Amino acid sequence: MNWDWNAVSDFMPHFWDGLLVTLEALALGSLISFALGLVWALLMRVPTRWVRWPVGAVTEFVRNTPLLVQLFFLFYVLPEWGVTMSALTTGVVAIGVHYSTYTMQVYRAGIEAVPVGQWEAATALSLSVRRTWTAVILPQAVRRVVPALGNYVIAMLKDTPLLMVITVLEMLGQARLYSQQTFRFTEPLTVIGVAFILVSVLASLLLRTLERRLVR
Amino acid sequence: MSVDTTEQSVPTPSSGGPLVRLEQVSKRFGDNTVLDRLDFSVDAGKHVTLIGPSGSGKTTILRLLMTLTEPDEGTITVDGERLFPASEKRRREVRKKIGMVFQQFNLFPNMSVLRNLTEAPVSVLGLSKDEAEHRARELLDLVGLADKCDMRPGALSGGQQQRVAIARALAMRPKVLLLDEVTSALDPELVAGVLDLLRDIARSTDITMLCVTHEMNFARDISDQVLMFDSGRILESGPPEKIFGDPEQERTREFISAVL
Ligand SMILES: Nc1ncnc2c1ncn2[C@@H]1O[C@H](COP(=O)(O)OP(=O)(O)OP(=O)(O)O)[C@@H](O)[C@H]1O
Ligand SMILES: [Mg+2]
Repeated sequence: MNWDWNAVSDFMPHFWDGLLVTLEALALGSLISFALGLVWALLMRVPTRWVRWPVGAVTEFVRNTPLLVQLFFLFYVLPEWGVTMSALTTGVVAIGVHYSTYTMQVYRAGIEAVPVGQWEAATALSLSVRRTWTAVILPQAVRRVVPALGNYVIAMLKDTPLLMVITVLEMLGQARLYSQQTFRFTEPLTVIGVAFILVSVLASLLLRTLERRLVR
Repeated sequence: MSVDTTEQSVPTPSSGGPLVRLEQVSKRFGDNTVLDRLDFSVDAGKHVTLIGPSGSGKTTILRLLMTLTEPDEGTITVDGERLFPASEKRRREVRKKIGMVFQQFNLFPNMSVLRNLTEAPVSVLGLSKDEAEHRARELLDLVGLADKCDMRPGALSGGQQQRVAIARALAMRPKVLLLDEVTSALDPELVAGVLDLLRDIARSTDITMLCVTHEMNFARDISDQVLMFDSGRILESGPPEKIFGDPEQERTREFISAVL
């Protein structure tokens, strides 16, 4: 094996660009999946099945088709319908929407885990539906689901290299580009491998802090 | 100890009748008839105790009044207002007049003790934060927990939590207070404190109370009327001296001696 430190330092500027894109995709994808997942979970509790049924069907469909297919679809088919987004935006939306169909299940479990006595106490105090959700149910549900949401953040991180296929130059994209130009594979791939581990450890720590703050 | 809830005007039913009235109320779960064409009413300011064996339907009555469940037949009126059928909006108005204390306290664990008491007065009654906190502190003082304002309910003992729950119900200044075996989840040494508090509230306010309890001494002390339930019907009713001293039904006598 020939390890060349010069290749490492040569790759680093490209690496930083890629890392930034990866972090951006991860952060925005997480935010979208957290917010949208909650929306799905709440819509699934609406009394009319004319809301529940389509939401259930669409999310089931998205959850059970590969993210890669969804990426291609958004990137190549949407423009034909006149919807154009940058490659990164497309990727962020795809990851966020895809994972929202998982986080919705996490939220559902969290909401169902709130004891029925909490609903009854809210009713007994005449709290409005809105206040019951925002002041009583969701704070208790969200607190319970942070660890599970954290697992999906790590899973999303590991899916960010898929964005390469729609021309987004995240870490793997940068590494591949560099390899194609220089025929050096070991150094760039090792660097981004280590970076993936570091990012996932940092993300875990961040989420653990958040969790502690919420559980207080 | 003085109780601030007396500030509210004497509850007078708007239609002149009793404050709480059940007429021919039936409730079934599947083919289990839990309440069978039940009739009774409670006048404003009275304290009525519901006793009877497990499964006789006592909890179900309180849950019907709090609109946590619906009757299959019959009419229920609170302060002259019918609960079923009624729009959710109307029902919410009626609920404001009713407070409930649960066996398992059901305090909001995500809020401080003080916020547990101010949440509904602020968001439902529209009190200012200052007013609500003032009222909450007075009530916490009444229940002997003024120093626990900023704690989370989870850090309190069962007896303390139940006293907070009582204060939380009173913070809405309800006309009717529903109490469902509020001491039966407590360690024995904590029961007396909660019962003393309720005795005090019964004595010093004009709040109407419907109280399910197995604490017969407490029932004797606070009740104007005792209702003995059996299989979803009122077996007999009367003032506590009669029910506890000289009941008409053998079943009542047996039940009371078994509980005492
Ligand atoms: N949600 C429900 N679904 C089915 N059955 C129910 C439900 N709630 C109550 N019941 C039944 O209704 C009957 C009366 O219940 P209820 O809780 O009113 O009795 P209770 O007099 O309060 O008894 P206890 O002293 O044990 O609390 C019981 O047989 C119970 O099993
Ligand atoms: Mg009961």
